[in-house]
Amino acid sequence: MNDHSNSVSSSPGASGLYSAPTDVRMAHIAAGLKKRRAASKRLRFYGIMAIVTAIGFLCILLTTIISNGYTALQQTEVAVVIEVPAGEILDDAGAIDAEKSRNFNWAGLVKRSFRKEFPEVTGMLEQRSLGELLSANAGYDLRLQIEDAGVVPTGPVTYWVKASDDVDMLMKGRMDRTIDEKMRRIKDDQLVWFDKTVAKDNIRLVFNSTFFTMADSREPESAGVLGAIVGSALALIVTVVLALPLAVMAAVYLEYFAPPGRLTDFIEVNVNNLAAVPSIVFGLLGLAVFLGFFGMPRSAPLVGGMVLALMTLPTIIIATRASIRAVPSSIRDAALGLGASPMQTALDHILPLAAPGILTGTIIGIAQALGETAPLIMIGMVAFIVDVPTSFTDPATALPVQIFIWSDSAERAFYERSSLAIMVLLLFLISMNLAAVMLRRKFEKKW
Amino acid sequence: MRFSIISAGVVAGMLVAGGAQARDQISIVGSSTVYPFATIVAEKFGQSSGFKTPVIESTGTGGGMKLFCKGIGVEHPDITNASRAMKSSEAKLCQEAGVEFQEFIVGNDGVAVSNSLAGQKFNISIAHIAAALAAELPDQGYGGEGAKANGLKTWADVDAYVAKATGSAASGLPAQPLQIMVPPPTSGTRDAMGELFMKAGWKKLGLDGDGYKKLREDGAAIEVGENDSLIIEKLVADKDMFGIFGYSFFDQNRDKVQSSVLDGVELNFENIASYKYPGARPLFVYVKKQHVGVIPGMKEFINEFVSEKAMGMDGYLFPAGLVPLSEDDFAKQMAAKNSL
Repeated sequence: MNDHSNSVSSSPGASGLYSAPTDVRMAHIAAGLKKRRAASKRLRFYGIMAIVTAIGFLCILLTTIISNGYTALQQTEVAVVIEVPAGEILDDAGAIDAEKSRNFNWAGLVKRSFRKEFPEVTGMLEQRSLGELLSANAGYDLRLQIEDAGVVPTGPVTYWVKASDDVDMLMKGRMDRTIDEKMRRIKDDQLVWFDKTVAKDNIRLVFNSTFFTMADSREPESAGVLGAIVGSALALIVTVVLALPLAVMAAVYLEYFAPPGRLTDFIEVNVNNLAAVPSIVFGLLGLAVFLGFFGMPRSAPLVGGMVLALMTLPTIIIATRASIRAVPSSIRDAALGLGASPMQTALDHILPLAAPGILTGTIIGIAQALGETAPLIMIGMVAFIVDVPTSFTDPATALPVQIFIWSDSAERAFYERSSLAIMVLLLFLISMNLAAVMLRRKFEKKW
Repeated sequence: MRFSIISAGVVAGMLVAGGAQARDQISIVGSSTVYPFATIVAEKFGQSSGFKTPVIESTGTGGGMKLFCKGIGVEHPDITNASRAMKSSEAKLCQEAGVEFQEFIVGNDGVAVSNSLAGQKFNISIAHIAAALAAELPDQGYGGEGAKANGLKTWADVDAYVAKATGSAASGLPAQPLQIMVPPPTSGTRDAMGELFMKAGWKKLGLDGDGYKKLREDGAAIEVGENDSLIIEKLVADKDMFGIFGYSFFDQNRDKVQSSVLDGVELNFENIASYKYPGARPLFVYVKKQHVGVIPGMKEFINEFVSEKAMGMDGYLFPAGLVPLSEDDFAKQMAAKNSL
């Protein structure tokens, strides 16, 4: 029978044969086609431009951070020949007396020993500014070193002690020595002593291990990120332990058990709203409820983790619900059909299949929480804390907070250290996101 | 399911531990200007005393007072730093909560008015600052009319206005736009600026009333957060811009910014110590008396801070930019330690 489906190309009266389009129609089509192709080319171009711009900004950001921060991986040290007076530190049994060691003037000892290298410096003020070339914590570092070793060496020993942050900047070429003395942190006579030390090869740049083994300090050369990393870790443990079970239970209930109705809708809308609430609001809530009402300690990672858990909760709920919905309903029907109870269906069949998605959502939520400072301000985690926290209630800061505090410090050497801390934070974020991607690849089931 | 039961147990355990634990380190809040000095003392104290290192939060003077005066007990801070004296309203708050405190003056500071080294070094009077920043000024048309919104656009305008108002010669300021970064209202430096520059400058302009209290909101006065590093960055980026902050920050950044000469006095530590510099001001520390003897190390910490070796001419706070007290004032602070 006649096929009418091709009615567009077949013109009437032409004995059923295909007739070529007229030139006018061809031209019209060609013009339209050109326009469409140009439009799609333009769109593609805009897309590429957008990506190039984004990558460009990212590159600028990363180059700035890395070029500012890589020098913080090294620290300037000065060789000083020191003879520790054993009699003033040891007790009668020959062991180091903690009390005596604490009261001993270690800083004075280091500075006195350093001055011996410069017998020509005699004036009190000059001697003082000579001592300023060394870190204010040089004495404390020496004390720790000797207390850890447990023995006081006899006779003079060469120790490498940290230089002051200004000398460190000078050594790394981050201080302009040609500008007017009044504007320079290192004065002219100090420059002479510095050059003399360099000429004698008594100064070196070594790997800055302090940065990874210590907590905050007022002296940039003694400051590290370990305290902040531990603080972040403690807070995030609390966050995961609190947020994950709560969010999964909430999501399972909302997906499977909640009776459809206004109340459920209301809850759903509010979970979505909660995900968009500025994080500082959660900090205020934490201050009012956890600190004010429950009287929990200030600056504690426990409270920080609880506040971050509240903040992460909606993110994980939304991710969990999405991955539960992605499990085919046939699984649920089959389980129910075989006589499993709704609880068994949810726990034994749906959740294991949804687990990769839940995990990804959780990791992304936690990564978000890792980068937060605003909610921590209100509960006192933005603070100067020198001791590395050892429990959930010890005062602690978090990694982004440490960056914030350092970037606000006057000393120039903190500037490069905050850049290095940013790199550490980025490293953590990237590895977390990478873990999320890999877990999803590994466990995801295609239906 | 087992996981959630375990985690619920862990959380419950942590809650109990958190609630029951007493505090064994000093908690300090307050001024961002005193913060650098307090942290240095705290670190030294932690290294040499055998007590834990105090925890210090930089909340601004106003914020610190609020936390400090809230009450007695481990959940409230023990010490607050201030870059101005406690206000009577704050003293009342403390009184209502039953907080007894001891005030210490720990040193002097000067409020710097700085711009980039690339810009012109200003030699102005505090009347210029008041005229540049006040929200409303009278007699702008030089005709004796009432107060109107401040219409001075450039430093040259300010110069002409001040010359007219005070009858002095012009200072030769350039026609560069007025852009001055000022600290936020919670900052003690802002209060000090209000007293030392705005109020005193207002008087110099021959004006009465409290018109100096309100700052312009048309972009000439730019309120910035308590991030002094950011101010330095902005000053370097824009040579027309001015910033107002504490002496220690200026001292650390001498290679980037310069400080204006005010009323013919250069900003340096001698002029702050002698109070010749119009922006010189004392810095304070307030100690909660009821916490002394309860929180371990309170007395020892104050002994470390209020001492010759910290605050003195040869003290370790001097290189950080704290200007020492006069001998009389210092003796008074040492005597005040006895009341703790």
